[in-house]
Amino acid sequence: MSAAAAGADTMAPPPPAARGWSRLRILGHALIGLWALLGIALVAYLISAWNAEIFTKYAPMYLQGLWVTLSLVAISILCGAVLSVPIAYARMSKNRFVSALAYGYVYLFRGTPLLAQTFLVYYGLGSFHAELADIGLWVFFRDAFNCALFAFSLNTAAYQAEMLRGAIESVPRGQWEGAASLGLHKFQTMRKIILPQAALVALRPYGNEVILMIKGSAIVAIITVYDLMGVTRLAFSRTFDFQTYLWAAIIYLLIVETLRYGIEWIERRLTRHLKR
Amino acid sequence: MQSAWTLLSWGPQGWLDDIGYGVFVTASLAVATLPVGLAIGFFVALAKQSPEPSLRIAGNIYTTIFRGLPELLTLFLVFYGAQIGLQKLIHLVDPEATVEVNSFVSGMVALGVVFSSYASEVFLSAFKAVPLGQYEGGYSIGLSKGQTIRLVVLPQLIRIALPGLANLWLILLKDTALVSAIGLSDILRQAGVAARVTKHAFLFFSVAALIYLVLAIISSIGIHAIERSVSRQENAR
Repeated sequence: MSAAAAGADTMAPPPPAARGWSRLRILGHALIGLWALLGIALVAYLISAWNAEIFTKYAPMYLQGLWVTLSLVAISILCGAVLSVPIAYARMSKNRFVSALAYGYVYLFRGTPLLAQTFLVYYGLGSFHAELADIGLWVFFRDAFNCALFAFSLNTAAYQAEMLRGAIESVPRGQWEGAASLGLHKFQTMRKIILPQAALVALRPYGNEVILMIKGSAIVAIITVYDLMGVTRLAFSRTFDFQTYLWAAIIYLLIVETLRYGIEWIERRLTRHLKR
Repeated sequence: MQSAWTLLSWGPQGWLDDIGYGVFVTASLAVATLPVGLAIGFFVALAKQSPEPSLRIAGNIYTTIFRGLPELLTLFLVFYGAQIGLQKLIHLVDPEATVEVNSFVSGMVALGVVFSSYASEVFLSAFKAVPLGQYEGGYSIGLSKGQTIRLVVLPQLIRIALPGLANLWLILLKDTALVSAIGLSDILRQAGVAARVTKHAFLFFSVAALIYLVLAIISSIGIHAIERSVSRQENAR
């Protein structure tokens, strides 16, 4: 016992090197101080600019706008997910023509700005007013929200198709062959062997896509949809109070950070069996 | 009713010259933003990989904020924030004066800040890919810290970061479309003006989208050329 204690005494680690105030450390603390100062200034500004009248008038509108943003993103992500399956399938097809067609779709939607696509649907389809009214679709495209939904779904379908393809192709060929040798049908292989493995790979890109869509959805404010950004623009144009934008920034940051941590948590949880 | 070809001709009858000016604005905005974004991004990455924890935290706060905010909101924050801030500053001196913030500069700052927060992540992963021995080798032949980074690490870093940065460039090119919302006459705004005047919205917005596509294709060709020449340099050694 005493021998062990004596051994531990001689084996004691050397004391950590004294950390002086190096130039880097001073710079780092100065920068953190700057951020802290900015944060304090933000809080102080929001407190000093506090206006109960504006708050009671616009807070419910902000909540309404938040709801519009979230529902727009949720619906278009779901529609995009459904659309992305045939596109990814076509992209992986052995038929050159079909895969070129799918690649063209993906390239078109990934190579042009989402704002241009949204304008094309919202203003552009107005040129075909009569034709759309004839087939009864004008009721749908008359509304700016639906136009945004349409453009966003097509856009995210292109991105999601590429993620789906990447995830499926990341599963080694041996998995297909193994399943085939067990006598599994192609569809069964996909459902039971490939997709569970691909889902793990695809989780992070899909999470990023949701975040990108939430941020990207702010542009619908330009085509008069009152989402969170649209409500903010409205409030700013009526009050000329800069805090309207700051509140929107805080809300967006909260949503994005919550999502990011949520996705990280899910990923950690789902990949427990891969960690050693 | 004018034909589509007349509308798209160059000159007083057509709109091609106006849209051409928009292409110039978009391209110059993207080209002007790139060095700003790259420089800030590099220094933020340098902070995020430093052994000093306080620097790392400061860098991470930067990325968290500007990656989390929608690009459009960042643009408005910069544009209106600078306007209101400068107005207040100037009113201290001269209560009558009014300031107008240049939308090109606002766009450059906002897009540069967003670009740099993404670029810092690309640089950071590239920093992690450069082996520690490269630094030690640099120090052992008597280079200073700054020289090691500049002469030894940076050339390797750029090669590793190139694909990620190329991707960010394509995103930047698309994000420039947002500046049409603060009144800068880029491709999309010029197309919008043409669409309002002529009532041929579908035609002009399709043309705008096609121009963005062409710019993306030209960029990809350029990026391929750069990547080829970089890998040739690598093979020559």
